[in-house]
Amino acid sequence: MVTEALFLSVMIFIIGTLGVIIRRNAIIMFLCVELQLNAVNLAFVALSRHAGIEGQLFVFFVMTVAAAEAAVGLAIIISIFRHYETVITDNISFLRW
Amino acid sequence: MVRSIMDSLPNWEPFYPGLVIMAPFLGFMFNGMLSLYINRPGIKTTSQDISRSKKISSVIGPGSILVSFVVVAINGLRMFVVEHPSALVKSYWTWIETSNFVVEAAIQVDSLSLVMMTVITGVGFLIHIFSMSYMENEKGYARYFAYLNLFVFFMLVLVMGSSYPIMFVGWEGVGLCSYLLIGYWFEDEEKASAGKKAFIVNRIGDLGFLLGIFLLYGALGAVDYQTLAASASKTFVYGGGWVTLITLFFLLAGVGKSAQIPLFVWLPDAMAGPTPVSALIHAATMVTAGIYLIVRSSILYSLAPLSSAIVAGIGVCTAFFAATIACKQYDIKKVLAYSTISQLGYMFLGVGVGAYTAGVFHLVTHAFFKALLFLGAGAVIHSMHHALHKVHSGDDPQDMRNMGGLRKFMPITCVLMWVATLAISGVWPFSGFFSKDEIIWMTGSLAMAESSPFPLLYKLYWSMALLTALLTAFYMTRFMVMTFHGKNRTTEGTQPEIIEAPKLMLLPLMVLGFLSLFGGWINVTPDLMKSAVGGFGFLPMTDWLHHWLEPVISESVAIQLDNVGELGHQSPAGGGEVSWALISTTAAICIVTTTIYRMSKNEVRSVGSKSKDGKISQLLYNKWYIDELYDQWIVRPLWRISHFCWKKFDQGLIDRAVNFSGRIAKGIGWFGSLFHTGQVNTYAFFLTLGLLAALIMVMS
Repeated sequence: MVTEALFLSVMIFIIGTLGVIIRRNAIIMFLCVELQLNAVNLAFVALSRHAGIEGQLFVFFVMTVAAAEAAVGLAIIISIFRHYETVITDNISFLRW
Repeated sequence: MVRSIMDSLPNWEPFYPGLVIMAPFLGFMFNGMLSLYINRPGIKTTSQDISRSKKISSVIGPGSILVSFVVVAINGLRMFVVEHPSALVKSYWTWIETSNFVVEAAIQVDSLSLVMMTVITGVGFLIHIFSMSYMENEKGYARYFAYLNLFVFFMLVLVMGSSYPIMFVGWEGVGLCSYLLIGYWFEDEEKASAGKKAFIVNRIGDLGFLLGIFLLYGALGAVDYQTLAASASKTFVYGGGWVTLITLFFLLAGVGKSAQIPLFVWLPDAMAGPTPVSALIHAATMVTAGIYLIVRSSILYSLAPLSSAIVAGIGVCTAFFAATIACKQYDIKKVLAYSTISQLGYMFLGVGVGAYTAGVFHLVTHAFFKALLFLGAGAVIHSMHHALHKVHSGDDPQDMRNMGGLRKFMPITCVLMWVATLAISGVWPFSGFFSKDEIIWMTGSLAMAESSPFPLLYKLYWSMALLTALLTAFYMTRFMVMTFHGKNRTTEGTQPEIIEAPKLMLLPLMVLGFLSLFGGWINVTPDLMKSAVGGFGFLPMTDWLHHWLEPVISESVAIQLDNVGELGHQSPAGGGEVSWALISTTAAICIVTTTIYRMSKNEVRSVGSKSKDGKISQLLYNKWYIDELYDQWIVRPLWRISHFCWKKFDQGLIDRAVNFSGRIAKGIGWFGSLFHTGQVNTYAFFLTLGLLAALIMVMS
């Protein structure tokens, strides 16, 4: 049971990572970051059966931090959108040099 | 050990010897600040301010030297009354202190330095007075006096220091002041580069001085005069390699500072400075520093017969060589410059043959009559300049071809200049006669000494010195006739404008005239005194200087006598001291009169005259082409080597190596910048890669 859960977690994490690397839409990239976080959450929960209750405890922390991070990240994306009228990151490279 | 030697108290009571140095220094500080204040940027000074500042400078400048002179005189009198005055060494602080090398900032007042101090402050004071009038219309009046005070300060440091490093400080300082004063009119490119030339040529000599000090320390373990005097004869072998090397390096120093062959080329150019500066620095005091150095190291030179012979050889060659050039110069100051070089050569000859007293004696008398000649020339240039300026003539006020017949307009200057001319020509009873005659006589008697080291060489020196004396009489008379006698050759309407120099200029001239006339009577050997030369003992002459310098040089003279045996009582051509004194003065008088006779018959050629000179005349007029030779064989090759090093070595090698390392950094940076795309995804990708790498490293 744990093996399957961990397998799922790894798959979701890889999907999230590839999403961050490949996709160009800031919102999608943001969602993929959430995917990564939740993959880790899944791993925590799965492993807590063997390793103790702390794993589940950590999940709550991660969710809290993720909520805060979502608030900040979305705010940044909104202000980027207001400035550039797009959230496609291809065009947002003005800080390059 | 050093300490105990350094603070020796003499048997006479010193009177604030430090004040001698401090007074000119304070004068320099004050005048320097005044000059900076008057010329401060952004402020327009009124003419009232300037005249007030000139008044202040006129008091401070000469006044500080007068204070020095008075203190020197008091110390001199206190030493004078003591039987055998010993040296006062007074240490103020420790200048350099390492585990085994200690140099005290100390002064030494003994008979030799006192003679030098008297000349420096005495003649220096007179020249300051003269400058007040000569420089009165200059913009940088305060600056001039600041430099002049600074010069006197450094010159006093040079002669009062108690060790070679202190002397070196003064040595460099006077070189600096010489540079500043030669280039006093620095707006004029030519004058500024004359200053540079003097400074650069002197550097060669300074190198010799430094190496000499190093070697002396290596051999002796000390660099102060007291230790040197106490232990030199124990440390060094007569004619040994060490002492010869040290003395040769010191000779190089002296050759640079005292403008001897081969480093004399800077002195004629140094005439670009104001004339009082030429009188003080380039005739009376600074250029004699080389002689002072040799007399100070007399104990080393007496132990090194080879070096001494070279000193004498350089001296007599320079004396002869410069005298020949002086015969064909037309610039009033150039004649005097070459004459100075020639007379310095005599001093070198004197100290080279071991006649240290005679060398110092000629130094003193030369300071009197050459300062007089220069100041007189300054007076002439001054009134010529004003006269030519008034009639808007573009003629050179320094060219003797434009002068002639000035006797009518400047009678007092003319008479005083004649006194100096007769003195330098060696006519009895003027001062130069006694000093020059003693040098020539001592050269002859060393040649005839029992076991003279190089008898033939010294005989040659002797004959060259005699010949040079005749040349001196010739060119100086030519100088006087061209300037003061014959027809006036100035342009129409200039004559009424030529006037006698103001009183302020004539006063120092008169004092120097008196000294040039009687200054030689302080050192007349007893033999001469009893003869016709000394007025059969009736004239007030003494051999005072000889006794006075004994504490400093007696040991050197004793060493020399031990090794060469008794000096000859006859000249190489027979005849004793008295007869040669008579012969030389008669010859000098003959030359002077024949020159006057010949010169007054012949017309002096005008400046633009096309008629051709003989080959020899041209050679002499062009100073044996020495400057051109140096340019061809030293300056240009050096320039080419420098150019090569600059282009090939500096730019080709070093610059390229530096640029290459820069390019490497740039390339690496460029490579790194490729990863910096500005795309968030790329960054995320590399972040992931990095994380993976870190993970793998942790795992394994």
